[in-house]
Amino acid sequence: MGKAYTLRGRIGEQEASKLQVGDVVYITGEIFTMRDQAHLKALETLRGGGRLPFDLEGGVIYHCGPLVKGGKVISAGPTTSMRMERSEGEIIARTGTRCIIGKGGMGAVTLGALARHCAVYAEYPGGAGALAARSVVRIKEVHWTELGDPEAVWVLQVEGFGPCFVTMDSHGRTLREPLKKGVL
Amino acid sequence: MRAEDIAEAIRIMETELPNDVESALVRCRNEEEGISREVLEAILENVRIAREGRVPMCQDTGSLVFFVRSNDRCGEIFRAIEDGVAMATEAVPLRPNIVDPFSRRNTGNNLGRGNPMIHVEPSPDGRVWIGILAKGAGSENVSAATMLDPDQSVAGIKEFAVQAVRKAGAKPCPPIVVGVGVGGSLDEAALLSKRALMRRIDEPSADAFVSRLEGELLREINSLGIGPMGFGGKNTALAVRIEAADCHTASLPVAVSIQCWALRRIFLEADGKDVRIRR
Repeated sequence: MGKAYTLRGRIGEQEASKLQVGDVVYITGEIFTMRDQAHLKALETLRGGGRLPFDLEGGVIYHCGPLVKGGKVISAGPTTSMRMERSEGEIIARTGTRCIIGKGGMGAVTLGALARHCAVYAEYPGGAGALAARSVVRIKEVHWTELGDPEAVWVLQVEGFGPCFVTMDSHGRTLREPLKKGVL
Repeated sequence: MRAEDIAEAIRIMETELPNDVESALVRCRNEEEGISREVLEAILENVRIAREGRVPMCQDTGSLVFFVRSNDRCGEIFRAIEDGVAMATEAVPLRPNIVDPFSRRNTGNNLGRGNPMIHVEPSPDGRVWIGILAKGAGSENVSAATMLDPDQSVAGIKEFAVQAVRKAGAKPCPPIVVGVGVGGSLDEAALLSKRALMRRIDEPSADAFVSRLEGELLREINSLGIGPMGFGGKNTALAVRIEAADCHTASLPVAVSIQCWALRRIFLEADGKDVRIRR
């Protein structure tokens, strides 16, 4: 087993660089939920020369469509990250996102982008939505609600959000050998 | 059967994991080590938090599938189901998951064209019986169907099911339950593979041949080593469940419905006004 770290606030290059495959991270600060439609919309905006209404520089993207009711997060586990593989490399390159959290692993394009831009990919236990919701202190902002609740960008203030297992680090390493065989 | 009964059954289904599934997860946790064991610890803690806090265990509260047995009043039952789903979406609450396939616009209440999915068959004893399955998309997205040639026989069925699980890898939140539908037609096989997920995972099939095949498939799948959440280990699947129907002499349809560890199913039985919830 690797080391355990708590990441607070915006993550710097040095901090991301020390994280190794097998380490466990806990997040205290802001995370941005982004899944299928938010990735598409963000890329469309950025490619068109526009700016996002939220700042991902040094930030954490969480592949998650939370269950939200009455301004409260009820359940918020990760969604399958591989669906975002076609967008994630460019998202990282264009926004300076430092950490991606999801489940199930990602592919070679993301792995390359993580190495080039010094970022990491970590996994939260899949399906553990009720557990994850306990780490959410409050909803700070919500963007792009026209995409529907699961697809909107929820900016969540979290405290000790984890365990998130680093499965792809900024040095081109992955936890799962099968990635190389294209199984994931 | 009233909408309130449906909504209450959905609440229990989404917040309380069936005991056969929880027991199987506990056994897996005891057999695994390292990260695989840690994720199972987190999952079991999550199951406790959801049950005690009466909140959905997973934010993906799924597409809702209803298996109805009734000899009459189907219109009334359909309305109770639709109203119950809308009611549960507000009260449990459920995540609004249903969107237009082209525009991706969310309907907001989990109702829509073809949703919830309702399958009806006659009731053998005249009572109304409703089975409900909440099917998350992470596992549904890696489900698969094929039309084998009859000469591919049982070996072909096994190979297709094992390949589906291998290709799915970590995506469907293993340890999974694998529902296999064999025979019928393309659509019938798919439906059988879903019905298979309604069976308890701690009781073998009454059919000796099917029971043996389920055991063999489970061993082959677990020898893949994908493990909990794809972190490696002995437990890729908790169980394999097979349902079969007769088919055309020229066909061998096979469908595999992959189910995440959060196998959320529940049953309602109505005898007149008396409605009972069964797990």
